Amino acid sequence: MSRSITQRILLYIAVLLILIWCVFPLYWAFISSIKPDRDLFEKNPSLFPKRITFENYVKVFKERPFHINIKNSIIVAGITTVLALVVGSLAGYAIARLKFKGKVIVMSLILAVSMFPQVSILGSLFLILRGLKLINTYTGLIIPYTAMNLPLTVWVLQSFFRELPKEVEESAFIDGASKLRTLWSIVLPMSAPGLVATGLLTFIAAWNEFLFALTFMQKPSLYTVPVAVALFKGASQYEIPWGQLMAAAVIVTLPLVILVLVFQNRIIAGLSAGAVKG
Amino acid sequence: MILPTILVISVVAFFPLFKTFYDSFYSFGLRPGIERRFVGLQNYFRLFEDTRFIMALKNTVFFTVISVSLETVLGVLIAIVVHQRFALRGVVRAAMLVPWAIPTAISSQMWRWMFHDQFGIMSRLWEKLGIIEPGTPILGTPGLAMWAIIFVDVWKTTPFMALLILAGLQVIPEDIYEAARIDGANTIQRFFRITLPLITPTIGVALIFRTLDALRVFDVVYIMTRGAVNTETLAVYNRHVLMDRAFTGAWFGYGSAISVFIFVLISIFAILYIKSLRLKLD
Repeated sequence: MSRSITQRILLYIAVLLILIWCVFPLYWAFISSIKPDRDLFEKNPSLFPKRITFENYVKVFKERPFHINIKNSIIVAGITTVLALVVGSLAGYAIARLKFKGKVIVMSLILAVSMFPQVSILGSLFLILRGLKLINTYTGLIIPYTAMNLPLTVWVLQSFFRELPKEVEESAFIDGASKLRTLWSIVLPMSAPGLVATGLLTFIAAWNEFLFALTFMQKPSLYTVPVAVALFKGASQYEIPWGQLMAAAVIVTLPLVILVLVFQNRIIAGLSAGAVKG
Repeated sequence: MILPTILVISVVAFFPLFKTFYDSFYSFGLRPGIERRFVGLQNYFRLFEDTRFIMALKNTVFFTVISVSLETVLGVLIAIVVHQRFALRGVVRAAMLVPWAIPTAISSQMWRWMFHDQFGIMSRLWEKLGIIEPGTPILGTPGLAMWAIIFVDVWKTTPFMALLILAGLQVIPEDIYEAARIDGANTIQRFFRITLPLITPTIGVALIFRTLDALRVFDVVYIMTRGAVNTETLAVYNRHVLMDRAFTGAWFGYGSAISVFIFVLISIFAILYIKSLRLKLD
């Protein structure tokens, strides 16, 4: 297909606009984080920094427990990912390969949970967790996160397992391996790409979750990253240290963005299978 | 093997849902000393006398209709653009995942800074474009604040929507276009007669899914305005009743009724979604 010069130019302008649209806020957060306060609080902000300082990156760890928030998020999202993968691969394998009664019902239930409005169970879950003394604990956040992420995990993994050649599993079974053993030593190693994609999606979802984290963790030392960033406070109530806030935003966003860019193809494949937004 | 999954989602999702439903027929609070009593459907009748609830419902519907429509139209346009051949196409498509990957809580703060009334770059831009009078605090003005929130949601979700639609575009065989071109169909005709009908199912699925998601919007509203200046949505109001008011008075049962309302509202779209996917559940 040949295009005229005008069409080419229009196309590139459109592409440029899309690119700016997608990355400008992150760029702006970065620029704001390295500007000294006197340049930051300017009526007409400049698109490029005149002076560069990394003061905000030091302050965000010195003046507040941001490293503890990062640790909390890593623990909660990490354990959630492992649990969801372990529990989810068992269910995914059963759905993909075994015949059992009520499979349709099970699948419908799992699918229903993936569309749950979290706020509908917020109150009850709070009461239950309070009754079990799990408010302000990692466990109190990990269990709900695992449950909310299981639908996607099961869904994506079962579609992955289905595509594996059956023969290998059958010969293992004939050799006397149990179903669990077959899953562990044959199916899982073969579906490593699927596990990585699902694990990544679960990790991102748990890392980004806000509503439960805001409600079930009520001590600043237990806040996860999104809550800490959302409730960022300065010396006084009305004074938000924007430079520090943007530094915090960049610190926790960059690793995520890099992960996503590296695994973009797998993520898109996983998302199209599960169609779930973070 | 499937038992652990069933167990976890029953305990964390279905049991609390059932409990919310049960609690919505009672009047009680979280402060000690409030008597728990059965009130039947009273909490549900109260919903429609509560002007703040009605407001939240209206705001939620407004947010959903506007943001989902904008996201769909822009999503289709962007999908068509990135479907073309151009240099660095892979990089651009990768960049489109960035808004989705940034946690909403964090991107909302980035945008709150850009919408800052004195030093925000977006406030300057809106002034220059003549959308607002100089010095208007966008996030502090009723009407404007909701548009800013919609803007942020459209920013976050449109590229993602475009990627889903792009997946639909990529499976359309090139020969159909070839045949149409030979028959003399121009670009616009080809779009409306071929592309659009063929990607309609994909758009439909993405649209219902987004509606479902928009109806429960919480993070962006909570962070940008805390629900002030006529931006409160159902989820934000619901959390306020359950987690703030219920500690001072008998509000928990009423809050549960709001939760059930949200659940039913979203279930309608969830059922539509499942039907439109025509999933095989075996």
